[in-house]
Amino acid sequence: MSDTAAPRARHAKHAKSFSRPPSKPRSGSSRGGRTAGGAKPASLWSDAWQDLRRRPLFIASAVLIGVILLMAVAPGLFTSVDPYDASTCRLGDARQAPSALHWFGTDNQGCDTYARTVYGASNSLLVGLCTTVATVAVGGLLGLVAGFRGGLPDALLSRVTEVFFAIPSVLGALLILAVFRAGTVWTVTLALAVLAWPMTFRIMRAAVITAKSQDYVIAARALGASNRRIMFRHVLPNSMASVIVVATINLGVFIAAEAGLSFLGVGIQSPEISWGLMIADARPRFLEAASPLLFPAAFLSVTVLAFIMLGDAVRDALDPKLR
Amino acid sequence: MAATGDAVLEVRDLVKYFPLTEGAIFRRQVGVIKAVDGISFDLRRGETLGIVGESGCGKSTLAKLLMGLERPTGGSVRVCGREIAGARGADLKRVRPTVREIADVKGADLKRVRRNIQMVMQDPYTSLNPRMTVGDIVGEPYEIHPDAAPKGDRRRRVQALLELVGLNPDDVNRYPHQFSGGQRQRIGIARGLALQPQILVCDEPVSALDVSIQAQVINLLARLQRELGLAYVFIAHDLSVVRHISDRVGVMYLGKMVELGRDAEIYSQPAHPYTQALLSAAPVPDPDGRERRERIVLQGDPPSPADPPSGCRFRTRCWKAQDICAQQEPLLQLRPGTWHESACHFAQVHDVMPSF
Repeated sequence: MSDTAAPRARHAKHAKSFSRPPSKPRSGSSRGGRTAGGAKPASLWSDAWQDLRRRPLFIASAVLIGVILLMAVAPGLFTSVDPYDASTCRLGDARQAPSALHWFGTDNQGCDTYARTVYGASNSLLVGLCTTVATVAVGGLLGLVAGFRGGLPDALLSRVTEVFFAIPSVLGALLILAVFRAGTVWTVTLALAVLAWPMTFRIMRAAVITAKSQDYVIAARALGASNRRIMFRHVLPNSMASVIVVATINLGVFIAAEAGLSFLGVGIQSPEISWGLMIADARPRFLEAASPLLFPAAFLSVTVLAFIMLGDAVRDALDPKLR
Repeated sequence: MAATGDAVLEVRDLVKYFPLTEGAIFRRQVGVIKAVDGISFDLRRGETLGIVGESGCGKSTLAKLLMGLERPTGGSVRVCGREIAGARGADLKRVRPTVREIADVKGADLKRVRRNIQMVMQDPYTSLNPRMTVGDIVGEPYEIHPDAAPKGDRRRRVQALLELVGLNPDDVNRYPHQFSGGQRQRIGIARGLALQPQILVCDEPVSALDVSIQAQVINLLARLQRELGLAYVFIAHDLSVVRHISDRVGVMYLGKMVELGRDAEIYSQPAHPYTQALLSAAPVPDPDGRERRERIVLQGDPPSPADPPSGCRFRTRCWKAQDICAQQEPLLQLRPGTWHESACHFAQVHDVMPSF
């Protein structure tokens, strides 16, 4: 046998002499205070942000979401008509086609569709955002614990989620909402969150189980890292990506689900305004006046699309390998 | 690479049995996998101990036990005189009712001991967190052990470490995937060195690398040993790599150390039949040498570690096996006619390597 692997190749860098052990870092003039490339220390989030700012997909979806958010927060900026004031509706003007006065036409009650669409953003977005936050908080946290701990907590939580998965979602939402007499933003959020968190749980749990058995977790353990550090520095950043993507997609789905429940009559109730409710109201006379249905439906679709695009962009930005 | 002074690592009768369970809901133990079964050795300051053996002989389990990543079923690992891994009472009772309880090392104590023993992992592609920058990866030891370096000094130390392993100190903001395999392994080595350990456990540190890169990493490890006085436990299945870097070599078979001695003794005067067979299977690049050398081909597969043979574990594949091999377990000790320890009743020096 010969020394096949006897090192012959010499890396150019090896020719340098390395006389100082790491305990005595070079001091002062030559290297002191120097940071790499003169840049600030990088972190996953700041790098992701740097990357996001340059993505057209992100910019487009962020602008769209920004406009819709502004509509939700300050609808008065977009229209001087307050659709919650019944005096702005005139039955005589019902089902008018879009005109200079009524940009999106008027609905069955003679109310301005544009103003109602703008004001509807707030309820729809509120349901979507709150439900997403609730599912990510509950499902993500429980998924992290179940996946990381394994054993009994995992077995118990997994069985519980299976029970929830067995409930048909529309029926489940109908049942939950039937308990409350009047549907509001909060009851709809509750119903959707109760039914949707198991999905986030499962995705998080699977991602955590994959991440926790990786070599870099073992390496961190060998360094003496605590469970908390391993969970939040190593496992969580490596399992968040799929949850973020699903959460942003679900945000759109929740907005659509709210519209569906309101359409069925168990969601947000009149005189509150939501896109789903508007679509439901416009449906019977759709052939006579399409605009009271088409415009809120278009806003709904664009909002859902914007969130899905945002999710895609964020996922890519959080994966350094795709940069 | 000269070894001097006292033992920095003392391993005594180290045993790891993994329970073999059956049933999905009501688990019951139906047996044990004897992954590591009674291994003892010392490692001196600045010394390199190579561990060789075929797949499944317990090399990597041994590495995990040394690092305190697995709790041993029995025996102890002492790092610089401090216990890193003692078996827990309950574990012992399950499989070995006779061994008495050994202190349970945990928490802060274990963390302190870890400062002296660190690890370089096999696969540089999976052992670095893809979402952390190189600076964060190499600096993480300082965050875990805040007393190892003052906060303001950490970044400079990380850069000094990167320079020490032959990387550009300006690369702290780059991510692991932007480096080649050899560079990534250097990052792993820098992380292992951050706490200035006395011992570095290298679990097949070059197996995942190209041969030319292997040479670079091995040379780097050798240089670091000279400069920092490190002691290595170098686990590999590549005999030539182990020979190049080791002062002493231990040969493992089915969870046991069958032969332990200086590298020259093991390679040119192997006494255990398994070592002889292992060496005769190593590829020889010289065609003439290949013609001249003796090739020992073992029959069959290694027995299951769940049910190892009685007496000598190698006897089922050994051409020297007699009745005594089944009845009496050969201990790792000096045998007549040899200058190093071997665990064979019929140990006899037999050079299987052509001299060149």
